[in-house]
Amino acid sequence: MSQPSLEIVKPGLFTTVQDLGRPGYQRFGVPVSGAMDRFALRAANALAGNDVGAAALEMTVIGPSITFLVDTWAALAGGDLAPKLNGAPVKTWRAFRVSAGSQLTFHGMQDGMRAYLAIAGGIDVPKVMGSRSTYNPSGFGGFEGRALAEGDVLAAFAPDSEYKARFMPADRAPSPYGDSHALRVILGPQHEAFTPKSTESLLSSTFEISLDSDRMGYVLDGPALQHVAGAGVVSDGNPLGAIQVPGDGSPTILLADRGTTGGYARIATVIGVDVDRMAQAVPGNTVTFSTIDIAEAQELLREQVRLLEEIAAGPPVVDQRVAVTVDGVNFEATDADGESLTREPVADPSNPGSSHQVTATVSGVTYDFEVTIEPGDHQQT
Amino acid sequence: MIYDEPKLIPAGDQALVVELGDEINTALNRRVHDLTHLVEEQRIRGVVDLTPTYRSLLVQYDATETSLGEISNAIHDLEDRPGTGSSEQPLVVHVPTLYGGEFGPDLEDIAERAGVPVAEAINIHSSEEYLVYMMGFTPGFPYLGGLDERLVTPRLETPRQEIPAGTVGIAESQTGIYPVSSPGGWRLIGRTPLNLFDPSRESPSLLSAGDYLRFVPIDSEEEFKTIQDSVAAGTYETTMSVKQ
Repeated sequence: MSQPSLEIVKPGLFTTVQDLGRPGYQRFGVPVSGAMDRFALRAANALAGNDVGAAALEMTVIGPSITFLVDTWAALAGGDLAPKLNGAPVKTWRAFRVSAGSQLTFHGMQDGMRAYLAIAGGIDVPKVMGSRSTYNPSGFGGFEGRALAEGDVLAAFAPDSEYKARFMPADRAPSPYGDSHALRVILGPQHEAFTPKSTESLLSSTFEISLDSDRMGYVLDGPALQHVAGAGVVSDGNPLGAIQVPGDGSPTILLADRGTTGGYARIATVIGVDVDRMAQAVPGNTVTFSTIDIAEAQELLREQVRLLEEIAAGPPVVDQRVAVTVDGVNFEATDADGESLTREPVADPSNPGSSHQVTATVSGVTYDFEVTIEPGDHQQT
Repeated sequence: MIYDEPKLIPAGDQALVVELGDEINTALNRRVHDLTHLVEEQRIRGVVDLTPTYRSLLVQYDATETSLGEISNAIHDLEDRPGTGSSEQPLVVHVPTLYGGEFGPDLEDIAERAGVPVAEAINIHSSEEYLVYMMGFTPGFPYLGGLDERLVTPRLETPRQEIPAGTVGIAESQTGIYPVSSPGGWRLIGRTPLNLFDPSRESPSLLSAGDYLRFVPIDSEEEFKTIQDSVAAGTYETTMSVKQ
């Protein structure tokens, strides 16, 4: 069972439905696709109480404006595109309650470039080749095979009865991502096609992400890497994160929508957990590379899984909405852990539509004031 | 060359290249497909996807379920099995094709380079059974090996902006078919009314890497249209035979 749950008021720059992609069809030339930041997608789902592979929205640089059509829970993970719920800042890496008519808007890229919105139950679009991911270049998967447009209405599955919304344990989120990214690589599969000096150059230089970067791959500007005898190899499979180098010497990191095969030598391959980070890197950001042991890299992947399991097993977010009223005084609302619920002082305390959780402090000092709890409860600090 | 022993080369922390050689030829590619079948049959734990190519198999795995060591050992064990051929005979997919004219604007040029009449060029091209070496470029695009030497022609210097879906092209010693309309630099010799890739079908791709393919010449545009209509209506049955 599913029901219409989200309406796209403004689509944003490039908003698509993604899950963990469609492996199993690469032998037919079908790219894997799926979330660019696979960890953030899985985390958004875990926070929203879903299976980690449920379909969610991937939002890029300029987020959409969304109206919720049902009372439900949602969660944001990944990049910070300055989300607001009904005009009040809403936290990333934590589930939040929404009502039918709630407006989720985004107000500019702050950190990272891809945010993931999961809704309780997961987005219901038809599976194509086993996946709900959008593969935009060929126009299949996701919502009608394309990026979302104004007026699109998406359905979500009904969450099961055991449903619980969650939050990310403090300090465990991978963000803030920042502007410079230290990526770890495994050399190869074809690093012997490059001069030793080029491998040294890859591991010691700073590269800049060019504007020619998308879901297929990121092209890097920096010192040209040189092949021993030509850029071409007999075409073979393209692994996720492979750094291919065409004849002009500019490395390209192959990402979610990469072609299944390719004929350029690959000097190194970015490890899985750092491909997630790459997905948050913005053109103009810088990257550096260092090598890591395969076993160590795989342990980092297992750590991600443990964190997701921890979220799913952790204490739920309680649906305790508090409307705070402080006449003319700027304040910060915090939850029971002392975590700030707002990124900036609430400038308009007279707006009863802004809802916050549990307690509130002003500049580190706890103020005595009345809070009105919806519905029908009462609490003081 | 074809290596005496496969090379197992890690490709990051979630994939392994099993490289059997470093050239394009039918014998080497056949080995890749046989290995692919074997790996599939073994149902090795943690394997997520297999990409067979000209000369290697890319094994993508879930590193949280298995390790490089386990995957490598499982692949090594396969090599020790006697008769590494697949138990199944490959299929030959028959692909009706209208050669030349506006559907194959480069055919005359290719025939001229080969020093044969156009009809003979069609005859040469349609009498081979081509091995689908691998698929890539776009979903459903087959790279076919086994072209008669007389028809070998380099790519166009300037690629065409738009090549209609179903167009059959030649580049060097390979034949390919464009499943969807796309830009491309291959020399165009004909067009098939078959739909090579349809994401809504249960098996979206008409062809699989490791299949063989035979081009069956169509005599007229009417016949092309008739087949095209029955493909669109979902009533067309693709002819397939077992490779002898």
